Amino acid sequence: MPLETVSVDTERDVSRVRRAITAYADNLSFDLLARTHLVTAASELARNMLAYAGGGSVRIAKLRHEARVGLKATFEDQGPGIENLDEALSDGFSSSLGLGLGLGGARRLVDDFELETAVGEGTTVSIASWHEPDRHPPGGP
Amino acid sequence: MERIAIAQIGDCLLVTIQVDMHDRLALTLREDLGQRLVQTQATGVLLDISGLDTLDTFIARVLAGIASMSKLLGAETVIIGMRPAVAMTLVELGLTLDGVNTALDVERGMALLRRKNA
Amino acid sequence: MPNEPQQPSAVLLNAVLSKTIRENRQEILQEWMGEQLAADTLRLDLIDEQTLELESREFLEVLSSAMSSGDAIDLESPPWQTVLTALEELSRSRDEAGFSATETATFILSLKQPLISRATKDLAREDFNAEVWLISKALDRLALYTTEVFQTRREATIRRQQEEMEELATPVVKIWDGILALPLVGTLDTRRSQKVTESLLEAIAATGSEVAILDLTGVPTIDTRMAQHLMRTVAATRLMGANCILSGIRPQIAQTIVHLKIQLGDIKTEATLAAALKSAFRESGLTVVGDS
Repeated sequence: MPLETVSVDTERDVSRVRRAITAYADNLSFDLLARTHLVTAASELARNMLAYAGGGSVRIAKLRHEARVGLKATFEDQGPGIENLDEALSDGFSSSLGLGLGLGGARRLVDDFELETAVGEGTTVSIASWHEPDRHPPGGP
Repeated sequence: MERIAIAQIGDCLLVTIQVDMHDRLALTLREDLGQRLVQTQATGVLLDISGLDTLDTFIARVLAGIASMSKLLGAETVIIGMRPAVAMTLVELGLTLDGVNTALDVERGMALLRRKNA
Repeated sequence: MPNEPQQPSAVLLNAVLSKTIRENRQEILQEWMGEQLAADTLRLDLIDEQTLELESREFLEVLSSAMSSGDAIDLESPPWQTVLTALEELSRSRDEAGFSATETATFILSLKQPLISRATKDLAREDFNAEVWLISKALDRLALYTTEVFQTRREATIRRQQEEMEELATPVVKIWDGILALPLVGTLDTRRSQKVTESLLEAIAATGSEVAILDLTGVPTIDTRMAQHLMRTVAATRLMGANCILSGIRPQIAQTIVHLKIQLGDIKTEATLAAALKSAFRESGLTVVGDS
């Protein structure tokens, strides 16, 4: 279920992405560590998008599978694409501006990670984390 | 322009970061701190990040950068009050900020600086 | 109750069998008891003869009424649910009493002989074969079901113990003002290591402790992965502004660490928890009075 799309054109938008995902994660009562992991991963990816593709958009959606709920963020840009994917996903990779750790690090922080890229056309990365709500939520029976 | 306030306590500069720090704000802070260190000849910088609930690699690097810049200007930096979830996330990202001083709270940070500068 | 057109004979035979059981209840029960008392799986130390007879009588009752419903042996169908529920209850109480799965299955299987010998007396030859087959099939399935119940109970027990272990194995103890101890037991996988680290860091934040002792006395072996988890815990603790001391590293583990060329970096280690505590006292500027 789509929740919101944030367009990322400036550095301030990276903060907006962080704030939006924090709010949705709280809403789904993610625990603190899971929320921090997801927001940090989103921050890395939004920043990458800005640095390498000059911007793009982030689609935030809610997922549901049986008793579990999840939060998914899809980062889509029309940038140059990634030529050497293995290298980009490896730790410590950095091609400019002291960035790096970005993709590989983001992947380690979330439950699901998908990446599609085409040189000259753009890159789409989606991340998702899952959470199993307590059987007896606060205020519930 | 939006800035993060820098307070002076004795020979120390204290920076309390309470907002979600966007990149420009972080870089401005680094510049401002450099200037204040030159003006005040402070021997210590306390960066209180207990208000931050996320810290990505960019901001973490700016903080590490502040520490090495301060050292060149004759001041030790202590990063204070990193939250548990933030610490675990940074480690997961492979950023352990080796060589940067850390302390649980401002009081302990001040004590650490006194020992270092004794 | 609609008949199943594919298996009229099974339905018919079921009805016949049910009638047989009802009419010859006492005789079948006696023969069944005889079978059970003669079996080498008999456990009179766990159950007395009266209880065994009562249970046998009740089961015979439930079985014959399920068969009289006219359904073939479809364990999913409602009449058979009563039989399954009875078997679940029986398996549970047998398991709790200390019976093995085989001993419990034998209780069901030993009913074959009495039912078949009854069928020999009552049925014509052509029906007899079909009847034997039906009895065998039904009782085999039911015996198998008791084994499944045992299996499920075992799995649930293992899961519960695993969860209890996890809970037990991650206590963060405040042993002095500003000093926490985390006695680790068993092995650390990724999930547990994350939980352990989380509770340690939260305890550090809550108590303002500057020293955390990770005691490995209860850790039998260590591999590269677990060493990495430990390093991460130590690194995260340092980021918060506290220090870790590793203690209780067994000689085998020390050898493994050397052998695997695991770099523990500049992590402080002590042989015993006591030595680590002394070291933590020194770090916090405390002295132990009367210590030689």
